[in-house]
Amino acid sequence: MAQIFHHSTNTFARITIFGAVFILAFLGWAFDTLNRSAYSTRATQPREQPVPFSHAHHVGAIGIDCRYCHTTVETSGFANIPPTKTCMNCHSQIWLTSPTLEPVRASFRTGESIRWTRVNDLPDFVYFNHSIHVNKGVGCESCHGRVDQMPLTWQENSLQMEWCLNCHRNPEKYVRPREFITKMGYQPDGDQDTIGRQLVKEYGIQDARTLTSCSICHR
Amino acid sequence: MRTNFLFGAVVLVLASGVACRQDMHDQPKYIPLRPTDFFADGRSERQLIDGTVARGHLNDDAVYFDGKTADGKAVEQFPFPVTKDVILRGQTRYNVYCAPCHDRLGEGNGMVVRRGYRHPPSYHIGRLRQAADGYIFDVITNGFGAMPDYAAQIPVRDRWTIVAYVRALQLSHNASVNDVPADARGQLDHPTPVPGGEK
Repeated sequence: MAQIFHHSTNTFARITIFGAVFILAFLGWAFDTLNRSAYSTRATQPREQPVPFSHAHHVGAIGIDCRYCHTTVETSGFANIPPTKTCMNCHSQIWLTSPTLEPVRASFRTGESIRWTRVNDLPDFVYFNHSIHVNKGVGCESCHGRVDQMPLTWQENSLQMEWCLNCHRNPEKYVRPREFITKMGYQPDGDQDTIGRQLVKEYGIQDARTLTSCSICHR
Repeated sequence: MRTNFLFGAVVLVLASGVACRQDMHDQPKYIPLRPTDFFADGRSERQLIDGTVARGHLNDDAVYFDGKTADGKAVEQFPFPVTKDVILRGQTRYNVYCAPCHDRLGEGNGMVVRRGYRHPPSYHIGRLRQAADGYIFDVITNGFGAMPDYAAQIPVRDRWTIVAYVRALQLSHNASVNDVPADARGQLDHPTPVPGGEK
């Protein structure tokens, strides 16, 4: 019986087997990249809100401190979304007739909540606590980015575990003195490594072994 | 053998499809501010019934919680000793909650006022310099004129620290060089940066 394939097709078969390694590697790489991409994590995508609240205006232009609205961030695990009353502190006199702010006024009149869209949403099996981070010198900006430059709020980082661990493994690279916690565009006054190591000691930040233990974040 | 392998592959693919469910991400529990269908207003966080007193929070010390004496007059004296720490704490709280309108010096030219809010009086007028500590506390707690109340945003002790800082601001505007301790006068031309002062 005659051969169906010519002898030279052996080369073709060898290349294909060799190439499969690359194809598999490419698939692995593609999956990994997609998983970390903003498409998958929704990082840097502004969210639609019932009122187009601009942090860029309130924080950047007016200079209101984060804690004016997010009052519980230093004392509670949950950084509160301000009640409508906080908006009305100023908007009872400013932008009084703006149609954009009608949902705020309606909420104040009726007592019904404004249904804001959550921007930074961790999985329910992560027990993140704001107060411990804020009190140990992790600035708002370190996780939330330059909120003072966000016309509509977006999630700045991937919020993936890998990203959390970056800091839990090396907190000295990210911590800042407590008095600059809410400062946007903070620059360390000197060498971050030196300042960071000093703060880690001063604030009693635990070692990487403890900070990367599963039960630190998962209960 | 071959069918076993194929079967295994199919099960794997199906299993990875199952893993895409988000049950662990979105558990049927109420985290803060998560809405609910159970209550008509959609809030899983219930508001306290009027008159509820949490254990240990009767808050019947009128001097501390209202800034008033038993006969309803504003207290003249601070309910706790004013230390440097109290004033520094008051400074950070003042800069967060008060400075947007009253500005960092207490003259009432804050950014919100510049954008159209009614101009508050300067702290440095005679009436406010002579006002009792309890009066300032009461204004923070219940509001006054155009100013809304800050009872929900600022805890009681922090309100007192703000009173202390407002007093310090008033003092600073009516002081002479002689009020500065002799050994600290050299710093007047080279002020040390205050924590949280620049932003």
